[in-house]
Amino acid sequence: MCLALPMKIKRMDGTLAVGEAAGITREIRVDYLEHVQEGDYVMVHAGFAIEKMTEEEALENIKLLEELKDAL
Amino acid sequence: MQAENAKKEIITLDYGSGGEKTSRLIESMILPAFDNPALRVLGDGAVLKGGERLVFSADSFVVTPWRFPGGDIGKLCVCGTVNDVCMAGGRPEYLSLSFIIEEGFPAEDLETIISSIAREAQKAGVSIVTGDTKVVERGKGDGIYINTAGIGIQRAEIPGRSAICRGDAVILSGSAGCHGAAVMMARAGLLGDDVLRSDCRSLEELSRAVLENGTVRIMRDPTRGGVATTLNEFTEGMPFSIELTEEWIPVEPAVEAACELLGLDPLYCACEGRLLAVVAQEDADAVVEALRALEGGEGAARIGTVTEIHPGKVFLKTRLGGIRFLPKLSGQQLPRIC
Amino acid sequence: MRYDAVFRNPGNAEQVIRQMADRLTGRDPVRLMEICGTHTMAIARTGLRSLLPERVKLLSGPGCPVCVTPAGVMDEILELSSRPGIRIASYGDLLRVPGSTPGDCLLRRKAMGALTEAVYSPMDAIALAELNPEEEVVFLGVGFETTAPGTAACIREAARKGLRNFSVLCLLKQTEPALRALIEAPDFHVDGFLCPGHVAAITGAEAFRFLLEEYGLPAVISGFEAGDLLYSVSELIRMVSEGRPELKNEYIRLVKPRGNELAKKGAEMVFEPCCSLWRGIGELPEGGLAIRREYEAWDAAHKFGLSLRAGRELPGCCCGEVIRGGKNPWECPLFGKRCTPSDPVGPCMVSGEGACAAAWRYRLWENGD
Repeated sequence: MCLALPMKIKRMDGTLAVGEAAGITREIRVDYLEHVQEGDYVMVHAGFAIEKMTEEEALENIKLLEELKDAL
Repeated sequence: MQAENAKKEIITLDYGSGGEKTSRLIESMILPAFDNPALRVLGDGAVLKGGERLVFSADSFVVTPWRFPGGDIGKLCVCGTVNDVCMAGGRPEYLSLSFIIEEGFPAEDLETIISSIAREAQKAGVSIVTGDTKVVERGKGDGIYINTAGIGIQRAEIPGRSAICRGDAVILSGSAGCHGAAVMMARAGLLGDDVLRSDCRSLEELSRAVLENGTVRIMRDPTRGGVATTLNEFTEGMPFSIELTEEWIPVEPAVEAACELLGLDPLYCACEGRLLAVVAQEDADAVVEALRALEGGEGAARIGTVTEIHPGKVFLKTRLGGIRFLPKLSGQQLPRIC
Repeated sequence: MRYDAVFRNPGNAEQVIRQMADRLTGRDPVRLMEICGTHTMAIARTGLRSLLPERVKLLSGPGCPVCVTPAGVMDEILELSSRPGIRIASYGDLLRVPGSTPGDCLLRRKAMGALTEAVYSPMDAIALAELNPEEEVVFLGVGFETTAPGTAACIREAARKGLRNFSVLCLLKQTEPALRALIEAPDFHVDGFLCPGHVAAITGAEAFRFLLEEYGLPAVISGFEAGDLLYSVSELIRMVSEGRPELKNEYIRLVKPRGNELAKKGAEMVFEPCCSLWRGIGELPEGGLAIRREYEAWDAAHKFGLSLRAGRELPGCCCGEVIRGGKNPWECPLFGKRCTPSDPVGPCMVSGEGACAAAWRYRLWENGD
């Protein structure tokens, strides 16, 4: 029960925000994220942003997966 | 009916009763939109010039909401039947048009729908020659239902799935699932009209291009159930199977995003302006090239091949290199959260 | 951020799989269990199972909240849906789940006149209640830790607005008690766990440390893309073959050691642990969440006198064993015969993420499992 999609924050208004993915937008709730702002990427589940994702974290994750290549 | 009053008018039971109000509806809204010699006669049936072999198809349209990004039920009801006639090798000529309207439906909306029908019919080169209008009580109809039946003259004999053989190419004329995703998007409160629109269009030109550039075994438009379900209609019970290659299947990023958000699969979302064709292997490139040169066919691609492993089935070679089976859809796709 | 393209196209699957096979030469088959319905679907969708070496068995555990909801609870929901003036708002997954009577589901009740609507978010259910003040809107709150915070926010919003015609039937479950019950069962035989990435995003990676420290089991917290899954399974195989269990977080772009404290607190404000009946596992003392007293007015169980009892299991139905990983879906005598997606007997076949539905959709028995 974890269907979620990364979305980019387009607009913010208190606990409400507009999230966007490939041009599709939807109103989402950001009650559970402090320090989130326009331009940030968040993971959205059932209309709620559950966590933020930064570019560095994504790149670190990519590096982790590439460890596999090196270990081969 | 004064033009201004018409805007505020709603369709009432009287409009469907066959009496004076019905005549006024026909004369002021319907006739002017579709004027042609056969219709002008206003007989019980239209007398038409035919051909040696005819192609005949019918479909009903109940889509909710009646208007969605990229079209409306009017555009859909013309394209749906026109496309079925084309897929069966016919050149569409005549359409019948029947409405079942719920009491209270705004006349202004009916006008919009009629304009869409007229516009689409003109594009497809078909005449609306006969039809009917009924009005049902409030609560007994979902706004508006439309049925169209279409007659075409056979222009090519398409052998059907018994002619499909190993090595044949499977071609899709554009990205998958746009219509289904657009309608679900409208229902689920997602916005994205500028990036996600129904692919609804007439396939008359595209189907002609396929027939003229290749040996066609079978053609079908992947409506309900999407690409995956339609391909299963080709393979079910047959000694061959269809292998799709995930990387080759065109899916627009917006469709992918909307589907991911709602838990849908683009391969099972309806298309209303795409054709699936199985053609002889050697003709695949020519067919794709011919499609890409036409409006509505820019995204055409070969998406798979007919094989003999797993006979009767449709399966996908995934990006990872694994296999995923694509069975027929059982029931409608529902948005998931899980 | 097109990074997801990388996670979707790892590009080195063949070699990684070969390395897995090498590591397992001469060993007994390794049994790995995932406990997240979304993992079940993701694994099937990427075709990963068909690539894994024969010696690797991937089991679907109790990760689908719909599948572990007892038949009796569905019966009560169905009865509620047919009461006049009630409008049920539910995630799509629940609409085809039968209760004790095969064929009887929310979709069928809807066809018979019940007001039922599929919603994407609990906030949509609140909107429904505001739009229809003469109706009683009941939101079916299924889910695990990922979904609890949002459901909590929804209840608090209803309270803030003083919405009188809205309530939530809280069917939320907690992951840890189920995992412990599984592991401590006499027939438990799993060598490692693929842990749910989005549950971990809320609870924190550390919430799964007990698997390593108390049971010595390897565990990898995994994301949902092909690359994530490939890496996570590969790491679990390495740990098992080397005899060196670890707790590893693969989903580092999203999962932090302590998770989302704000979300956890949000859920705690509205819910408290309660005894909960899990289909296939039994009653677990802290297996579920219940709405706290102060929010009683928005608790549908309280409002409508629902007892959330067990109900009758249908004869032959093996959902319980399938959920526990004891049986493969195709080993159930009803699978594909009496029980199909269009005519399901148990929830595992109906729910979008049920192990049986996934096996059916992806023809898993044909992949030589």
